Amino acid sequence: MDKRDKIFWLVLLVALLALPAVGLSRYMQRIISLIFIYSMLALSLNIVTGYMGQVSLGHAAFYAIGAYTSGLLSEHFGWNFLLTCLCAIVFTGFIGWIFSLPTMKLSGTYLAIITMGFGEIVKVLIVNWESLTHGTYGLQNIAKPELFGMTLKTTNNGMYYLCLAFLVLMVLLCVAIERSKLGRTLRAIQDDPLASSLMGIELSHYKRLAFTISTALAGCCGALYAHLSGYVDANSFHSDVSMMILSIVIFGGRGSIKGMVVGAGILVAFPEVFRFLAEYRFIVYGLILIVMMVFRTDGLLGGHSKRPYVFPRYVKVNKEGGGEPDGAAGSK
Amino acid sequence: MALLEVSNVSKQFGGLAAVSNVDFHVEEGEIVSIIGPNGAGKTTIFNLLTGVYTVTEGKIVFNGEEIQNKKVQHIVNAGIARTFQNIRLFKNMRTIENVMIGFHQNTKYNTFDLIFRTPRFRKYEKAAHEKALEVLDSLGFGKYIHTYAGNLPYGEQRKLEIARAIATGAKLLLLDEPAAGMNPQESAELLEFIKGLQAKGFTIILIEHDMSVVMNISDRIYVLDHGRMIADGLPEEIANNQTVIEAYLGKSEDDADD
Repeated sequence: MDKRDKIFWLVLLVALLALPAVGLSRYMQRIISLIFIYSMLALSLNIVTGYMGQVSLGHAAFYAIGAYTSGLLSEHFGWNFLLTCLCAIVFTGFIGWIFSLPTMKLSGTYLAIITMGFGEIVKVLIVNWESLTHGTYGLQNIAKPELFGMTLKTTNNGMYYLCLAFLVLMVLLCVAIERSKLGRTLRAIQDDPLASSLMGIELSHYKRLAFTISTALAGCCGALYAHLSGYVDANSFHSDVSMMILSIVIFGGRGSIKGMVVGAGILVAFPEVFRFLAEYRFIVYGLILIVMMVFRTDGLLGGHSKRPYVFPRYVKVNKEGGGEPDGAAGSK
Repeated sequence: MALLEVSNVSKQFGGLAAVSNVDFHVEEGEIVSIIGPNGAGKTTIFNLLTGVYTVTEGKIVFNGEEIQNKKVQHIVNAGIARTFQNIRLFKNMRTIENVMIGFHQNTKYNTFDLIFRTPRFRKYEKAAHEKALEVLDSLGFGKYIHTYAGNLPYGEQRKLEIARAIATGAKLLLLDEPAAGMNPQESAELLEFIKGLQAKGFTIILIEHDMSVVMNISDRIYVLDHGRMIADGLPEEIANNQTVIEAYLGKSEDDADD
């Protein structure tokens, strides 16, 4: 992150912290909390799709597994939210890892179709495994999280701040991944798998690792969503949700952390803001996506950065030269 | 003992023998060229040496260790790295990041370290950055550090591939047609660049069609045709070798009549 990025995040964070003070309606709170959750979902999918370049059409399945894990543990054992959320992360990550074992040899359209199939399987399981999931009745009256003796609700802004806190943590985690060997390796795999492996990168290990982290984070989002809305059923995790997450990643700009948050903000808020257009708003929505993809294939904030590479603080660099990202050499 | 010893290596693709009973060796510090007509099996040899293909038969000994049919990662670790005939850089990564990928196996921290930014993370990240800068500096890349690899001039892309290979810690560099698509001036520059590498202590195997490069730079030359080694020797010997000339140009009518 360079200085301008830091300022962007700081301003955004302060604004979001201060926002409830203005007095948000419950409706507005819910929309903004949803934006937080979709930002996190996009950030999690971004690890697989943005960095590694593999498309998943079944991300909602892992979102659902997280939601049901946390919701059911809370229903049966009455555990604290932080514990059920942790279990959701671990269990969803575990399922993601198992899923990655046979599938990560595939890529591109094949992987996309398989993930889509997995999404359908999970949905059918939710509807039909009634003894566990209550089938079509869904999970009802999921307990609100309690932290430090306070019940976090929509009315006391608790859920808003909880989601915001998780979003901050997830952004930090993604920055940590991006600026590390893991981030570089995943991007290298996207650019050229063969050359990567001849640099000593073990492709299948990294693909599994990325998928496991990505699904574990989706599980975390699921836990948050279950306790935010208090009710989930199979329809909460329709394939539309997978498509929405993927749209945010591509619209926001694959590989851009800022892009995920901005993209989620725009795509989640759009149908609400343009309610006066009634059903026509989805035509506009679709048109925006098409126009974006034609004129900015890298998405809103994706693609090559125009700024210099940011060295870690502890690396001493000779400031002279270094060249421009677009190839004009030594103009500084 | 030679740094690389290839004995009796064959590679079959179904019924097709891409390489048959090939023997050659490379001494430490040498520049050895492998030449031959298109489809002679030169790149197949590189793929066998780097573990991309398994050998059907034969032995490859590098630095005293048998490496045939070992995993690609193992061979990179042992000290062999390559470049590609058609440039395969990480185009959407910057020059410095490309080189840092070369340090992949020597950047030894795990996911826990990177999430919690442990001292170990910092130590290896610092080393990777500094060594990458060092490699880039020593190869004259100073002015392109921030540039995305896909935006580099063509000649620089070729050189960056070599820099990335060096970063793996390789002793032996396999260069697959580094002068392809270069004009005479660029290939003359490349020639100096490769000589510089030899002076730095690297051993190099070169596949090349540009004879001005091959003849000027090679300590020894092997000639491959239809998967077989048909000749080997010093550049001047190869230039006058009748078998080699026939392999490239075909037999002359007079000879055919004999």
